[in-house]
Amino acid sequence: MEKNIIQVEDLSKSFDISSKEPGIKGTVKHFFKRETKSIEVIKNINFQIKKGEIVGFLGANGAGKTTILKMLCGLIYPSAGNLNVTGYLPYKRRHNFLKNITLIMGQKQQLIWDLPPIESFYLNAAIYDIEKYEAKRRIKKLSDMLEIDKELFIPVRKLSLGQRMKAELLASLIHKPNILFLDEPTLGLDINAQRNLRKFLQIYNKETDATICLTSHYMKDITSLCKRVICIHEGCITYDGKLNKLLKKISPLKDILIVCKTDKDAKELSNSGFTIKSRNQKEIIISIKKELIKPSLKEILNKFDIEDLYINEPPVDEIIGNILIKGKV
Amino acid sequence: MSYLNRNKIITLLKVQYSNMLEYRVEIALWAISGIIPFFMLNIWTNNNLNESINLSNVMLSRYFLSAFFVRQFSVVWVVFTFEEDALLGKISPYLIQPLNPFFRYIAQHLAEQITRFPFAIIIALIFFIFNRESFWVPNIGIFLLSCISTFFSFLIQFLIQSIIACLCFWTEKASSVERLFFIPTLFLSGLLAPVISFPEYVKSWIYITPFPYLIDFPANLLSGNKTNIIEGFIMQLFWISILFPTFRKIWSMGTKKYTAMGS
Repeated sequence: MEKNIIQVEDLSKSFDISSKEPGIKGTVKHFFKRETKSIEVIKNINFQIKKGEIVGFLGANGAGKTTILKMLCGLIYPSAGNLNVTGYLPYKRRHNFLKNITLIMGQKQQLIWDLPPIESFYLNAAIYDIEKYEAKRRIKKLSDMLEIDKELFIPVRKLSLGQRMKAELLASLIHKPNILFLDEPTLGLDINAQRNLRKFLQIYNKETDATICLTSHYMKDITSLCKRVICIHEGCITYDGKLNKLLKKISPLKDILIVCKTDKDAKELSNSGFTIKSRNQKEIIISIKKELIKPSLKEILNKFDIEDLYINEPPVDEIIGNILIKGKV
Repeated sequence: MSYLNRNKIITLLKVQYSNMLEYRVEIALWAISGIIPFFMLNIWTNNNLNESINLSNVMLSRYFLSAFFVRQFSVVWVVFTFEEDALLGKISPYLIQPLNPFFRYIAQHLAEQITRFPFAIIIALIFFIFNRESFWVPNIGIFLLSCISTFFSFLIQFLIQSIIACLCFWTEKASSVERLFFIPTLFLSGLLAPVISFPEYVKSWIYITPFPYLIDFPANLLSGNKTNIIEGFIMQLFWISILFPTFRKIWSMGTKKYTAMGS
């Protein structure tokens, strides 16, 4: 039984936010009297994460996913609750804790803009007390894995977004962290770069048994990396469990594309009482409850002359999109 | 405070020096823009003001050249960089590294000083071409002491600005507080006039502030003017010993307030 590497109990976080009415009157009022209110963005959440797990945090914009990651890595202080990451209180920022974690934010960079990434890598290696020889070895290995060995000596400002993101990843992993906090790591990357990054993270997780906490708006990141997801809605956890289970729970239907041999069969099938999602001449898509697939298919094959059929899951983006909108699981 | 070793210091300086060399033209212009002391020298000598403080033209020239050098190696701008980094969330990645981000800023300043050095030498050579009688070579002991006092001056200014910079955890425009400090720094540090020339009632309290130890003390030391070396160093160390724990305290309080805005 793997032990919990992250433990969160009754964690809450509030921010004081000042509001200002529009126009001159609002500006003058704001100048003399600032109205601030405390907004609770995370509300008494609880969860545990085991070593080696890859967990995806799902939620709409402003749900509190990034705030949770920021608290887990020690960047911000929690307002209440208990937090334990690898045996440390993250917000104390002890060196031994910081040497074990990394935070990668898709929209923030740590590389020095006017210098080639290799300079930032060596700087990070020195900061994490890594010997030069070992740093060289790690840079070589990671740059091979990320396929950026040619870009190491080009100033960061001249790199493409994808190349820069890979370099950011290398800079963040040079100290071999056991826990990776990734906040939208594929933001703005093209499809190939996204795929490569996901592949890299899978390999890294397999090779090092690192724990990965991930937020992303690209569902492919979540579905290809995370077995477990935590859904956040308005600062509360609405679901914590396996992604497959969530998809089954949310969408008990499957789509079946049936290609009939004749128009007549297609017409008869459309009127036979099944839920028709769409029809295009001889092609019909019907939605069937998962537990009724076997008898329904038997009935269709017996009654109609069928040329071909395909069983599809409804698109994950569509299902998760619905969770994000409704917030309910 | 973060653990610092030789390897970290050297790597930080090397990387920041490489970075500063990318801006060499900008730094040359900054070095040239620091010639206020020469303007002040011109005003003093043209109006024979030096007679009122019993300082010869030669000694006054040396004073202002030294003030120029001290200024070149003690300029601090951390408040502006830090404010931008904190408000835009750029310091977030550095806050979760096992090194206080202020070491990066110190390294940036020191790297900039190294980059300024050749430009400062060129300006000094030009100065000596036009003021041959002012040429002097300080003895090695005095030179080393003035280097140390210039570094202490840099440290005092860096700590003052860092404390002000940390205010941006509470108020978003900490740099406006720094502007309040700029005026006394300009007038009381000795950049515009040697502190010895100030009225007696000003001198009676000015020496308990950190300002005269920023330019006046190191410049007098380097130029060979009369100055109390022991008292100067004691006061510099006194201010560092006050400012350093203040900075640590305010940093520790400020980071608790940090909200990682913009990320």
